[in-house]
Amino acid sequence: MMPFQPTTWIAYALAVVSGFFFGFVLERAGFGSSRKLAAQFYLKDMTVLKVMFTAIVTALLGLTVLRAVGLVNFDHIYINPTFVIPQAVGGIIFGVGFVVGGFCPGTSVVAAVTGKLDAIAFLLGTAGGILVYSAVYPSIKGFATMGSGERLFLTDWLGLPYGIVAVLVTLMALGMFVGAEFLERKFGGKAKPVPAKADEPSNEPATQSGTA
Amino acid sequence: MEDATHIAKPEGTEAKPYWDPYLAGVALGLVLLATFLIFGRGLGASGAITRTTAWVTSWFASDWVSSNAHLGGYFASGTHWWDDWLIFEVVGVALGGLFGGLTARRMKVAVEGGPRIKPRTRILFAIVGGAIVGFGARLAMGCTSGQALTGGATLALGSWAFMMAVFGGAYGLAYFVRRLWT
Repeated sequence: MMPFQPTTWIAYALAVVSGFFFGFVLERAGFGSSRKLAAQFYLKDMTVLKVMFTAIVTALLGLTVLRAVGLVNFDHIYINPTFVIPQAVGGIIFGVGFVVGGFCPGTSVVAAVTGKLDAIAFLLGTAGGILVYSAVYPSIKGFATMGSGERLFLTDWLGLPYGIVAVLVTLMALGMFVGAEFLERKFGGKAKPVPAKADEPSNEPATQSGTA
Repeated sequence: MEDATHIAKPEGTEAKPYWDPYLAGVALGLVLLATFLIFGRGLGASGAITRTTAWVTSWFASDWVSSNAHLGGYFASGTHWWDDWLIFEVVGVALGGLFGGLTARRMKVAVEGGPRIKPRTRILFAIVGGAIVGFGARLAMGCTSGQALTGGATLALGSWAFMMAVFGGAYGLAYFVRRLWT
């Protein structure tokens, strides 16, 4: 019966292996590049959405099938405790930081080890943000722990069985992929024939000064 | 972006192309699934960064760290900073990313950013963005790896709230910081 849950030192050794493949795939997906990651939010390159939701659906369907045939004991799978309000507010803050900084924590590690100095700066900033959070934590503790902390699922919220929600999430992902391909054709300039010499910036006037 | 822009590169030294996003997604999903099946938990990143931050800070402010209501929990007395599954996993991420960069010829010391800003500006905004991400990840108890990806695949309710909020926050602000990237 899975998960196997190996003892500490075997788990630590295998954790390095798990992380190795994680980091390798992130690199090959192009997630070591802040420009590629940020392009997601300008609808030019929807790789982030495609990779993320394909991964979620793959693991979700795998878990759903293995659970249904009794090979996985789902009670032994760790589920993030539910604190919807702080998680949603934290998510909005995180999203703002993502588009300003160009990375999320995992991708910044991959970018940093491949030489991107902006990723090292981002990681230092992340450490600073963690310290600021820790400093103010006593005064926001009530808000940060608002919620039950239970094992709650989309299934509880929707009132539908696990298998049905897994199928719905898959269909939603497929719909988003169709939309992503459309948006890339529209904004990404992939299919459009580009003039050989485009001297004129097409949209707004470009300034050299930057925003700082 | 960075590949195919240099004209006079010798044969065989160009960076390998990225994988197709859907194939990369399947590969990432299988890594995540294997992690669930072996350990009973998914992937993560920000937890290890928090632990490391607490450790480094404890070098010069050990009393503050151990008495802090948020960070103190990371160091029950006698526990080494590295004695944690996530630390080993993120060491693996660094090694895997390094291996990926080396084998794809994508190792390059550079400041990467939008075409309209100077490297110095990019670094400044990377620090500011990183700080905002760090704060948000602690409030949300996880990041895009531990919440969105891992929690998303287990259909965890709070993780889905986090994931939608991340996209909402990023798309909501994108227009106002477009000069950074476009």
